[in-house]
Amino acid sequence: MSVYLDHAATTPILPEAAAAMTALLGRVGNASSLHASGREARRVVEESRERIAKALHCRPGEVVFTSGGTESDNLAIKGLYWARRSEDPRRVRILSTPIEHHAVLDPLEWLGTEGAKVELVEVDRAGRLDLDAFRAAVDADPDSVALVTVMWANNEVGTVQPLAEVVEIAHAHGIPVHTDAVQALGQLPLEFAGSGVDAMTVTGHKIGGPYGVGALVVRRELQPTALLHGGGQERDIRSGTIDPPAIAGFAVACELSVERQRELAARLVTLRDRLVEGVRREVPDAIYNGDAEDGPEHRLPGNAHLEFPGCEGDSLLMLLDARGIECSTGSACDAGIPQASHVLLAMGSSEEFARSSLRFSLGHTSTEADVDALIEAIGPVVERARNAALSSKAHGAR
Amino acid sequence: MRVLAAMSGGVDSAVAAARAAEQGHDVTGIHLALSRNPKSYRTGARGCCTIEDANDARRAADVIGIPFYVWDLSERFHEDVVEDFLSEYAEGRTPNPCLRCNEKIKFAAVLDRAIALGFDAVVTGHYAQLRRDDDGLIEMHRAEDMGKDQSYVLGVLTQEQLTHSMFPLGDSPKSVVREEAARRGLAVADKPDSHDICFISDGDTGGWLSEKLSEVNRDGQIVSSDGEVLGSHEGSWRYTIGQRRGLRIGTPAADGKPRYVLDIEPVSGTVTVGPRDQLAVDGLSAIRPRWCGAAPAADLECTVQLRAHGDEHRAVVRVDGAAVTVDLVDPAEGIAPGQAVVVYDGSRVVGSATISATRRMERTA
Repeated sequence: MSVYLDHAATTPILPEAAAAMTALLGRVGNASSLHASGREARRVVEESRERIAKALHCRPGEVVFTSGGTESDNLAIKGLYWARRSEDPRRVRILSTPIEHHAVLDPLEWLGTEGAKVELVEVDRAGRLDLDAFRAAVDADPDSVALVTVMWANNEVGTVQPLAEVVEIAHAHGIPVHTDAVQALGQLPLEFAGSGVDAMTVTGHKIGGPYGVGALVVRRELQPTALLHGGGQERDIRSGTIDPPAIAGFAVACELSVERQRELAARLVTLRDRLVEGVRREVPDAIYNGDAEDGPEHRLPGNAHLEFPGCEGDSLLMLLDARGIECSTGSACDAGIPQASHVLLAMGSSEEFARSSLRFSLGHTSTEADVDALIEAIGPVVERARNAALSSKAHGAR
Repeated sequence: MRVLAAMSGGVDSAVAAARAAEQGHDVTGIHLALSRNPKSYRTGARGCCTIEDANDARRAADVIGIPFYVWDLSERFHEDVVEDFLSEYAEGRTPNPCLRCNEKIKFAAVLDRAIALGFDAVVTGHYAQLRRDDDGLIEMHRAEDMGKDQSYVLGVLTQEQLTHSMFPLGDSPKSVVREEAARRGLAVADKPDSHDICFISDGDTGGWLSEKLSEVNRDGQIVSSDGEVLGSHEGSWRYTIGQRRGLRIGTPAADGKPRYVLDIEPVSGTVTVGPRDQLAVDGLSAIRPRWCGAAPAADLECTVQLRAHGDEHRAVVRVDGAAVTVDLVDPAEGIAPGQAVVVYDGSRVVGSATISATRRMERTA
């Protein structure tokens, strides 16, 4: 059995979600068909939509099912940019942060090649958006801003973003705000209506639901331009045959993860603090990255991001993996080619430091035994990785 | 043993890793990311550092059932291999980047890191054979399949490096390795062999050098061995000693015979050309020797190889500290400073050195 400390990458499916899916897998019925089987499939989808809406505090009509986080981000960013710009051609600016997931950064970069002016507003050492800089960027020319997109909580270092303030600043000028809440759902209190955001990305597999299904929650007044054209199944914003078993599993996971959020967060904070304290006891010079304060405005409860000076993150990951302990270097992988994390670089880290970090992320199946296994292994692993880095440096000097 | 298999994504390194695992070793696969700019990967299966190659290596590791990681050695590779390659050419020499990569990357940076991380050896798909002699020292011999023998590019390895190396393919012909790959279900079984320099994506070394060295090296003259100016050129890196084609000299030689590049003078950029019989070299000096075991104590009657897949030449090698002198019993043609001379005693690799100067054969005619 492996010690799984990579829940931010994906978390085990909840048995209730798996049961809901398997009960439906044998059934025939296209939710767009008009006969009884079709109506039955449609009923599953619409019931799921209502359950998700209730859990996320939005209206059912605001839930647009997609294939997951990447598609939801693309739909929100490209779709809202195109829609807003066609209403008013002056709207060519998009404001965001340099610590977004690649599912946000890469669409932004692509839009940049077709005329959008993308501005990534700086973050502080803890990885939190600089609100003064953000306000200044908006105020410089509010009429030219098509869209603001700021993640709810960062996937690598766990820092929660000041979304309420972002919404206030943007809405003062009628600018819509999108947020990628993929990491936040199930870990932080989250209400779509209460947050004031106009569009929000969520996905199934990060909350104990299946892979390949997610949603863009988007206010009814907004009509993002479609990315996928076809049957128009989802409000004409998204086409493609609807997947009732996946959506049913997603709905169960959504309901349960929201219902259990407070209790889970409390448990994860305790486990996370045990992990960080234990690791720093074994490796006194390890640095705890991100926001050191707890709380839903500060940090994801399950996130522990640590820097091990003098080590290569790759070496640490490999040595832990060999001991059955699974974590992440928290870096973007370009087809498996390791790169220094853009998040840490944006937070002011040097390339060298950015390469010496590990992300441990806890979730609903995490136990004290998992954390203790890591604490037991980390000392010798760091020592070995440090020697490897030293020998490699010594060699470079020869 | 705990061993690290360097997997390029090609058939040889995949089978080497599979054999090591089958022999009972605890094998971990790694792919070396060597390109600094992942977007500039070549397409197809010609080199060893495309994204496709990394995926092929990962898939082979899955099939073999071993853990797999990618190590980013691109900075190191750029400094130690690519920049060295450029500066050697700028100096008018002809380097072999594969030797350099083995010396500095695969059996140095990678091996050192592997040892520090708790591995005992590095496994590669090179065709060469390792044997332990009576004193317990490791000898490196040519591969069983002379057509695939790669002992030349491994001639830079020292005893310490050989002690921590495994070449499981040394006793097999390539055809057997391909069949074995297919039998083991490795999808890379029919992938073509790579031949070119891996960091030059389109295989056009001259064009690549022109681009990179455009500010370093200027045009110069093409002269005959008698000193007559025959023409000019746009960069001496376009020429290698022994080259015949593409000289673009307007006037033909007096005797009408083809002319060859005899010498390149890097500072002035002068390229000397002449008839083929002036290409023959019967002696050379070499520097930076690296011996697989002890350095030859006295004059060594041996054979030498002067380029990858080149012929063997009978020779007498003398070593005086860091200086190596080679008298060729069988003269050689087209030998350029910068190339490696690898010394063999029968099939055994004695060591290697970098050619610094050549001695042209006295013409007796």
